Amino acid sequence: MPVNMIVCCKQVPDPEAPPAVFKVVDNKMTWPAEVKPVIGQYEEFALEAALRIKDAAGGKITALSLGNNFVRDVIKKALAVGGDELVLLEDEAFEDSDSWATANALAMAIKKIGEYDIIFCGRQSSDWDAGQTGLGIAEILQLPAVTLARKVEVADGKARVEQVIPDGCRVVEVPLPAVVTVTSELGALRYAALKGIMAAAKKQPVIWKPADIGLEPSQVGAAGRRNKLEKLFQPVKEGKCEMIEGDTPAEAGANLALRLREAKLL
Amino acid sequence: MAEYKGILVCGELANGKLGSITTELLGCGRRLADDLKEDLCCLLVGEAVGEPAKEAIAFGADKVYSVEDASLKDYEADSYMQVVEKLVKETSPRAIIMGQTFMGRDLAPRLAFRLGTSLATDCLDLSIDPNTKLLVQTRPVYGSNAQAVFTSDVIPQMVTVRSKAMSPLERDDSRTGEVIPFKVDIDASKVRTKTLETVMEEAVGLKLEDAPVIVAGGRGLGGPEPFQTTLKELADLLHGAVGASRPPADNGWVPEALHIGLTGKIVAPDVYFAIAISGASQHTAGCSGSKHIIAINKDPEANIFREAELGVVGKYEDVVPALTNKLKELLAG
Ligand SMILES: Cc1cc2nc3c(=O)[nH]c(=O)nc-3n(C[C@H](O)[C@H](O)[C@H](O)COP(=O)(O)OP(=O)(O)OC[C@H]3O[C@@H](n4cnc5c(N)ncnc54)[C@H](O)[C@@H]3O)c2cc1C
Ligand SMILES: Nc1ncnc2c1ncn2[C@@H]1O[C@H](COP(=O)(O)O)[C@@H](O)[C@H]1O
Repeated sequence: MPVNMIVCCKQVPDPEAPPAVFKVVDNKMTWPAEVKPVIGQYEEFALEAALRIKDAAGGKITALSLGNNFVRDVIKKALAVGGDELVLLEDEAFEDSDSWATANALAMAIKKIGEYDIIFCGRQSSDWDAGQTGLGIAEILQLPAVTLARKVEVADGKARVEQVIPDGCRVVEVPLPAVVTVTSELGALRYAALKGIMAAAKKQPVIWKPADIGLEPSQVGAAGRRNKLEKLFQPVKEGKCEMIEGDTPAEAGANLALRLREAKLL
Repeated sequence: MAEYKGILVCGELANGKLGSITTELLGCGRRLADDLKEDLCCLLVGEAVGEPAKEAIAFGADKVYSVEDASLKDYEADSYMQVVEKLVKETSPRAIIMGQTFMGRDLAPRLAFRLGTSLATDCLDLSIDPNTKLLVQTRPVYGSNAQAVFTSDVIPQMVTVRSKAMSPLERDDSRTGEVIPFKVDIDASKVRTKTLETVMEEAVGLKLEDAPVIVAGGRGLGGPEPFQTTLKELADLLHGAVGASRPPADNGWVPEALHIGLTGKIVAPDVYFAIAISGASQHTAGCSGSKHIIAINKDPEANIFREAELGVVGKYEDVVPALTNKLKELLAG
């Protein structure tokens, strides 16, 4: 049975850029132009989960993203690796959304897409790290949800999910449709093949504005928030590292032992 | 409309006792409740919660709602939701506090959306605004590169709190409080998921969270072998435990239980060795509470040197065995 899947992907500044380049200015996070936008890490794992199901059972993958000013080449990676459709909720009104407004708008878009067996999300976004949106979508659409999946298989209208729990894992069966949030143990996203990249380049994303998903501009983005960001700041670090030297790395290692002993750390 | 009052902590048990996160949440909850001059309540769910309920009072709770039900031994979202939703509807707490644990991560967002309220996850700091009585919620964002302060005027207020971020009170068995049995008839037809099997990774040696010394390795180790030899030798010598950044766990070089960081374990040992770890903010989020961080990395520009107190630039293959040998000598002599 082919499986209809929606993968919620967020465009974020590369979370692996050196920490020092992220600077708070006027209560906003800023980064230099050399920090490229990417699809969030956990959404890449979620895409891989969907692709594996498509490989095994066949199906359709729709990538869904909310934001503004999407860099087409970046978000189209979801198509290049094997996704079938790309739906962008793209509008100024969607900017500065919180978890509530994001989950609500994504849920409305998912309703409009209509056909879905599994909605995949990352366990948490790679910028705000909230870890709420997938479960929020599940509540709004009244769907069951399983978090922290490291393996997902589909059979007989159900998904069998290996869920990472503290110091172990459990196998959870969930009837479809359902929301599944994915964690990193699932494995890295495959590379896009040249054919996929070329097909993605030709494909036009579907763009929806708030009205297309039945929402007023006042219900989305900054206007639709249920929390208020009072302040954003970066705690100052003293950051004074004493470098232990030596003629060779091995000598430096031995000197580190002496220094540790001298400082009575061990 | 009901009047919202008091703080509700959703507690957790560990091996039948009050989990350490619960004592931390009670410590923080007590402070908030005192500021509000309201009650601190604690929900405990499990097969038998008699002893932990007494502990919760000794750690600061005024009231403990105890839900004893064999079917609630293990956390299952759809059944636990029925318990918390009912308790919240009947007791109208002003704020609901959970741990940023497996349960809290899974349960808190569901509850927040069901109640239509906002939630701040993974908080490091909480206080009460004396004018509005709203919770002032501080949490890390951008992989812990910054912190954000949030408020929300939607009641109940909801947060999850990072483990080890709050201090528990001293246990005081002379504290008094009330244990209130709370009955919930779980509607099994609303439990949509079914756990088919649970597999625990066998714990080898010291638990990371309890180890006074952690020797952590990163992607730069290149494979599983150095974790079992070079790093383990150093850890054994110092009666410590081996840990890892995320890539070694993702690649199956080490068990997932050793993964330290924002999405792994939060540790705070006396001494933390970061070996061939670049020091991404998402990693240091899990170890920055360590008393002393020592970095060994071949790249002098690695971010980990901004976090560390002592550092050696060099290949771990050269540095670590020499360090271990010299320490052996020193510890013997
Ligand atoms: C939302 C989110 C959550 C995340 N959560 C976590 C988390 O909880 N924990 C976590 O660890 N990561 C987490 N990450 C990933 C994080 O961003 C980094 O990718 C990861 O921490 C890098 O691991 P690393 O330092 O081991 O590897 P790398 O960044 O690849 O660094 C390897 C280091 O090894 C050094 N090296 C290489 N060879 C040698 C040698 N022979 N001797 C000495 N040094 C050598 C290199 O110089 C380099 O500094 C998260 C990311 C995101 C987006
Ligand atoms: N703007 C967005 N567009 C698409 N998906 C999103 C967006 N924000 C969050 N998500 C999804 O929800 C997950 C959790 O996000 P968060 O709740 O922000 O941590 C992410 O990993 C994505 O799968």
